[in-house]
Amino acid sequence: MTDDRISHYLCIGCPLGCRLEVEEDARDTIVEVRGWSCKKGERYGRQEHTDPRRMVTTTVGIEGAALARLPVKTSQPVPKGQVTEVCRLLRTLKVSAPVRMGDVVLADIAGSGADVVATRDLS
Amino acid sequence: MITGQATQLKGRYDVVVAGGGPAGLAAALGAREQGAQRILVVDREREAGGILWQCIHAGFGLHHFKEELTGPEYAQRYLEQVLEKEIDVLTDTFVADIDRDRRLKLMTGREGIRVIEANAVVLAMGARERTRGAVRIPGTRPAGVMTAGFAQKVVNLHGYLPGRRAVILGSGDIGLIMARRLTLEGIEVAGVFEIMPHANGLSRNIVQCLHDFDIPLYLSHTVAEIHGRERVEKVTVAPVDAQMRPIPGKAWDIDCDTLLLSIGLIPENELSRQLGVRLDPVTNGPIVSSGMETTMDGVFAGGNVVHIHDLVDFVSQESLLAGRNAGLYVTGNRPPTDNIRLSPGENVAYCVPHTISSERPHTIYLRVRRPMEKCSIRFGTVLEKKLSYVFPAEMVTLTVQPKFLENFHGDALSVDVVAR
Repeated sequence: MTDDRISHYLCIGCPLGCRLEVEEDARDTIVEVRGWSCKKGERYGRQEHTDPRRMVTTTVGIEGAALARLPVKTSQPVPKGQVTEVCRLLRTLKVSAPVRMGDVVLADIAGSGADVVATRDLS
Repeated sequence: MITGQATQLKGRYDVVVAGGGPAGLAAALGAREQGAQRILVVDREREAGGILWQCIHAGFGLHHFKEELTGPEYAQRYLEQVLEKEIDVLTDTFVADIDRDRRLKLMTGREGIRVIEANAVVLAMGARERTRGAVRIPGTRPAGVMTAGFAQKVVNLHGYLPGRRAVILGSGDIGLIMARRLTLEGIEVAGVFEIMPHANGLSRNIVQCLHDFDIPLYLSHTVAEIHGRERVEKVTVAPVDAQMRPIPGKAWDIDCDTLLLSIGLIPENELSRQLGVRLDPVTNGPIVSSGMETTMDGVFAGGNVVHIHDLVDFVSQESLLAGRNAGLYVTGNRPPTDNIRLSPGENVAYCVPHTISSERPHTIYLRVRRPMEKCSIRFGTVLEKKLSYVFPAEMVTLTVQPKFLENFHGDALSVDVVAR
C-alpha cells in the first residue's frame, strides 16, 4: 500500500477536530475512512474526499428593522466551490421586516438546491 | 416582560441576573427550575442574547441542543425559553453597582437610576476583548485598528465593512471566523499572525476559515509596528525569538488599511470587584464553589465572567448550575458547603470550580499551560484519567463522581497533568 492512496482531512463536524485518513484503492474507490470518533466523521471524510461541501452563513439587507442586516444560512451544505458565489449573490439581496427564524428568503440559490433561510426573528 | 422600561420593575426579586448573554439566560432558567419565583435578567444592550447575535456562523449547540446551530438561532431558542418561563428581562439597562446587602443600582436608558433588592444575585457579565494596549504594539495610532469582535459587530449587525485589505493579529476563534467573514464580504485578508508556536483557535476553524480560502497562518510571528497617519497604511510583521521579541532582520511590511486584533478575552469583573468578591489571579474571575457561589454569600457567577470558555454550550451548562444554586439558596435548600479545595499543580493553569464536595458529582473545567500528548490528569492519588492530548487553547472538561472521594480524608487535592 503506497501513501499516495491515503488523503488526510481534519473533520469540521464538531470542535473535537478528528484527524481523518481516507484510503483509496487503485481504482480511486474509497476503501476505508479512519480516525473518526463518530459516524458524522466517517461521513465527512467520504464527502470531503469526493464532493466537499460547506454550510454558508452570511447576512442580507433588511428594511424596516432595528438592525441593518439579517443573518441567514443555507438550508443544506453547498459545493465548496460555490460558497463565494452564494455570498456574492446575497450581498445585494434586501428583504422587508418582519422576518421569522426559518423563513426562506431565497429559494434554490445558484442552482445549488439549497434555500437561504433566516436564522432569527427580526422586526 | 421584555422591555427597556424600568417602570415595570418590582422592588424586590428572588434572583437578579446581571447580564443577559448566554450565561445570564441559562442562569435565569436554572433559578426558575429550582423554584425561584421573581427572576429578573438585566442587560445593557437593546436585546438580551449577548454576543450570539453577531456570531452568525454555525457551530453552536452541538452539546446542548444536539444539533449545529448558528449563534442567532442559539440565542433565540434560549430567549424563547426564558420568556415562556415568565422571567423578566430588562434591556437598555446597566447594573452600575451591587452592594453587600444585594441591592442593585440600575441605570436605565429612559428612566434614570433605580435601586432594587435581590435575595440572590448571579454575575453573568461575560467578557470583553483585549485591545491594542494589552499587547503594546509600537507605531502610530491611526484609524483601522480594531478588535475582531468589534469588526464582527459592524459587519454582521450594521452592514459596514471595516476596510479593503486586512491583517489579523492573533489566531483566536473570533479572528479565524472574521478572516473568513471578511473574505466572503470581498475584503482581502493578507494573513493571520500568531505569536505562539501553535494556533489558539479550534482546528476546525483553521480548516474551514483559513485553508478553505488560502489565507496564510504565520505561527511564531507578530505585528511589530503599525504605520499610517489618519488611517492604517501598512504594518510591519516579523517572526519572534524564544523570548517572543520580533527579530528585526527578518521583518517585512504588508500594505493594509485594517488591523484586526484577536488576542484574547478578559472576564468583565468591575462589578465583582466593587462588590468585593475574591478573584482568582489566573482566571481573573471570581473564586467559586462547586455550586458556582462566589466568596460572598448569595452571590453566584457563571460563564465567561468566571473563566474564558471555548464553547457557548459550556457557558450555558456552567451558568445553568449557577442559576440552579441561586434558586436553591433562595428557597432555603442550599446544599452543604464544599470540603475539598482543588489546587492546580503540574501543567494546570487553573481549575473551576475552586472547591468541591465529596458528596456530589462535579463537572470540572481546567486549562493546561502547555501542549502535551499521551498524558493523564491526576486528582491527588484518588483519580487518574488518560487523555490522548491536551492543548492550552482547548478547555479540558471532566466529571468526578463522589465514589472516587470515598476514601479521601484530606481537605485539598492537587490536580496535575502529567506524561504517561
